[in-house]
Amino acid sequence: MQPTPTAQRYIPRMLAILFVTLLAALTMATFSVSSAHADEVGTEFDFTISGNVQFNGDALDGVAIAVDGNGYQADTVTDTEGRWAIGVPEKGTYEVTLDEETLPKGVVVAKGANVINAEFGLTDRKSVNFFLGEDTRNTVSFFDQFVNRFVNGLNFGLLLALAAIGLSLIFGTTGLSNFAHAEMITFGALMTLVFAVQLGLPIWLAILIAIALSGALGWGLDAVIWKPLRRRGVALIPLMIVSIGLSLALRYLFQYFFGGSTSQLPGAGQTDLKFGPISLSPIDLISMGISVVVLLGVAYFLLRTRIGKATRAVSDNPSLASASGIDVDNVIRIVWVTGAALAGLSGVLWAYFRPGVSWDMGFQMLLLVFAAVTLGGLGTAFGALIGSIIVGLFVELSTLWLPSDMKYVGALVVLILVLLFRPQGIMGRKERIG
Amino acid sequence: MDWEAIFNNAAVELISPTTAAYALAALGLAVHFGYTGLLNFGQAGFMALGAYGYAISILTFGFPVWGAFLVGVGASVVFALILGIPTLRLRADYLAIVTIAAAEIVRLLFTTNTFASVTGSANGLSGYKNGFAALNPLAEGSYGFGPFENNAYDTWLRIVAWSIVILAALFVWQVMRSPWGRVIKGIREDEDAVRALGKNVYAYKMQSLILGGVFGTIAGMIFALPRAVVPSNYQTTLTFFIYAILLLGGAATVLGPIIGSMIFWVLLSFFSGFVSRAVEAGWLPFMTTIQGGQLRFILVGVAIMLIVIFRPQGVFGNKKELAFVR
Amino acid sequence: MSANAGLDPVAPLEPPVPTQKPIKTTGLHVGDAEPGCRKVDPILVVDKVRRSFGGLTAVDVDHLEVPRGAITALIGPNGAGKTTLFNLLTGFDKPNDGKWMFDGRSLAGMPAYRVARMGQIRTFQLTKALGLLSVMDNMLLGAKGQTGENMFRALLPFLWRTQEEANRAKALDLLTRFKLDTKKDDYAASLSGGQRKLLEMARALMSDPTLVMLDEPMAGVNPALTQSLLDHILNLKSQGMTVLFVEHDMHMVRHIADWVIVMAEGKVVAEGDPHEVMKNPAVIDAYLGQHHDEDIGQDPGAETEHVSAIKELLDDER
Repeated sequence: MQPTPTAQRYIPRMLAILFVTLLAALTMATFSVSSAHADEVGTEFDFTISGNVQFNGDALDGVAIAVDGNGYQADTVTDTEGRWAIGVPEKGTYEVTLDEETLPKGVVVAKGANVINAEFGLTDRKSVNFFLGEDTRNTVSFFDQFVNRFVNGLNFGLLLALAAIGLSLIFGTTGLSNFAHAEMITFGALMTLVFAVQLGLPIWLAILIAIALSGALGWGLDAVIWKPLRRRGVALIPLMIVSIGLSLALRYLFQYFFGGSTSQLPGAGQTDLKFGPISLSPIDLISMGISVVVLLGVAYFLLRTRIGKATRAVSDNPSLASASGIDVDNVIRIVWVTGAALAGLSGVLWAYFRPGVSWDMGFQMLLLVFAAVTLGGLGTAFGALIGSIIVGLFVELSTLWLPSDMKYVGALVVLILVLLFRPQGIMGRKERIG
Repeated sequence: MDWEAIFNNAAVELISPTTAAYALAALGLAVHFGYTGLLNFGQAGFMALGAYGYAISILTFGFPVWGAFLVGVGASVVFALILGIPTLRLRADYLAIVTIAAAEIVRLLFTTNTFASVTGSANGLSGYKNGFAALNPLAEGSYGFGPFENNAYDTWLRIVAWSIVILAALFVWQVMRSPWGRVIKGIREDEDAVRALGKNVYAYKMQSLILGGVFGTIAGMIFALPRAVVPSNYQTTLTFFIYAILLLGGAATVLGPIIGSMIFWVLLSFFSGFVSRAVEAGWLPFMTTIQGGQLRFILVGVAIMLIVIFRPQGVFGNKKELAFVR
Repeated sequence: MSANAGLDPVAPLEPPVPTQKPIKTTGLHVGDAEPGCRKVDPILVVDKVRRSFGGLTAVDVDHLEVPRGAITALIGPNGAGKTTLFNLLTGFDKPNDGKWMFDGRSLAGMPAYRVARMGQIRTFQLTKALGLLSVMDNMLLGAKGQTGENMFRALLPFLWRTQEEANRAKALDLLTRFKLDTKKDDYAASLSGGQRKLLEMARALMSDPTLVMLDEPMAGVNPALTQSLLDHILNLKSQGMTVLFVEHDMHMVRHIADWVIVMAEGKVVAEGDPHEVMKNPAVIDAYLGQHHDEDIGQDPGAETEHVSAIKELLDDER
């Protein structure tokens, strides 16, 4: 739904027309977030060769692709989503070439595989995909890859845990499965983008402001939506559906204001430092450090402070906690503020990990957060931490065996398997019926 | 401002195959959520199985239309069993998490480059419509009137789509007023009570999951016939929109999902037609056409919240019958 | 099932008395009336059933027999494990170990719905009237072996219409007996607490059970309705059914029960004739030795953990 910046500059008028048509088409078609190519050639033909150039799940744009065969030649470049498509006049065999010169630094096509002979099958479309690798790939042993992925997975698990603990605390104290948690994650990253890039503040200050604003968002959502709904005695499943509506509304509100493109936070994409087999960027190291410190802080808060204990008491049994003199509403308010602030921080770290800030980045991560919380046992904060680390490790380590575009599949399959054998989660208690 | 075009485009949606597909998928969700109290958040996965099951059967294996249809339905029955066996004994929210995860797994498997030769990966599949078009008994030409005027293929597609929707609605209407439906509604209210009366609650939930899932699958096929099968169409958001339709019409009603789908699409088309033209006409200087397109998704989200809070029975639901499980 | 603080029977000025004088069944046991004693004709025999939650043993019954054709009361202080035992015997919960027989058939490991089909029907402490179904639909759900409960046969009304009409007539008859016939088309949610208890009992009778297990049938019932409830329970016996019920109200137990089983801390501590058993020192001990007034919560493990968390919290405050 988003044009490439260059295209927008050169042909604004045509684009306006294109988008009106696109909107009309969308109404008749469907709500899909990704759609047409900005740069298609040969659209006048019935048959299309297309593909998607990605490396480790990141789309590569501006990669030149050429098609040659049956007396026809055409070339194109990939769009921001890494996609390309070339229309061809007839079915048959074509030679598809990827121009290695146009690949970003450090990415290569497997030896001799930059030319592929594509033959149409029964369909009118033919997908051609190139297998890309890291420049150094051949020299890395399996063990080294494993260690490297492991550390990456730990990093991902830790940032996942920041979001998961908030979600788990909210579930524990209010019973709400909050789908809008995804947007609280995105919000943190977007606010950092606004203050660091658009307003030019130092990054540490921008992050602090973003976290504070996230906390304020959590407070506001509780005060404006959730507390009144609790007062009305709205049941849990309607509440969950309200959170789905809120999630949709906020997500498209973000897209409304920030557009569909991906932006980078300052400092992203720094060169990796080498620690034996492990290559990490300074940002990764800082990210892991921040996660560990904050998680320790949360643990201290829950175990040692008065309000933290009250939180656990409310999680266990709200009516009993209320009867023993705990201000349940206050506890829930604090949980919302803390949960939202943690989600915001998680969003910032996620923006560096992916890397990039986009309007639906939180939603991309939400299912993994839910998986982590369920794995650990619904409503237990420490379970959420363990669940997150497991999910994080699983996602990263599975890329050793699975193609990287299937890395989430493994984590989700594990979720279903765990529920099959231990429905209460790893840390959860067995339920009593009757 | 071209009001006629706006109204015309909106009216087209009233009987479009997409509206029929959403209505049928929402009817399946009504069986799950409205009648049985099952929180299925994976309806998009059932639809994807229908669309891909149909397209792959024809493109890769050269099946006839009926064979492709059966493959899609069979895939969704298997899918429902895989989802149901681990979760239907657990609390309602576990089914929600497992269905949403399973639907994503399905979508990711259809998106990955690994199976590109069969699934077309991110680009999806097309060119599977000939078999269906060949069954068309209508002669070439134009049928209908005004905004409802279509060529032979589109008319044929609309007839088939809406016939299926009507048959499914009759099916649901009949089973829900039978003793079977009574058990199903009892499970929504309190499954332990129904269990204590000697009903095999687990088996009933499974039947409900399969029935609603098969509706979703057939909806996926109808949805695929006017367009190509592209994996990004089957994201979790699709399920949420179907929930919006269901809540709009009334979760525990037969007509609600159908009328809800019509209202949803007509209003959406009207709204986007109006906003895009208003932006072009300079009435909304603070907005671009792209933003106008996003505005309606924001409104869908807000509408879901407002309906759940202020009119939980939906537009057509019985006021007393608030179809929410606890 | 717990937290009955708000649902305790409203103490009537005069103890509720059934309208007709109950005819007590005697001579039910063999030998001394001691915990686990043998019965002349037991319908339910429980052996070494144990259930623990975390470290807390909720039920640990060595041997127990429930006499056929009589009204047996299961009493005990809060948290004695009565409801847990009910859940175990009806398949709603699984014991750590142990076995039990109903009518000579082993029920261990049998799912709840199959237990119910064998004729052992239960009600719940917190009534489970199906609120958004009509009273009549609630009743019809209770009927056994309905052809129309198969999804494909449901599509062909002529297959089940006759059976449905017969069930409807039976339901109407029962509703009339329970004075709910005027409400048959109302949503069950519109009934009062006592009426829901009646409906739940009537619904249980739709399947012609042999053993009716009532979990606190009087809890939360308006005193005006208690008398008719007592009559209905006595009627069950006169129609040849066996009744096992959990109750707190001693007056009621004394009036209608033929046999009383007393539980404390998960064990059966006394059994006997209702008048005799109340004098048993073990029973008095059980009731006086009660640690706290409130019932133990959903999950005893959580509760103790919780209590200690609150204690810690209060310690911090000082």
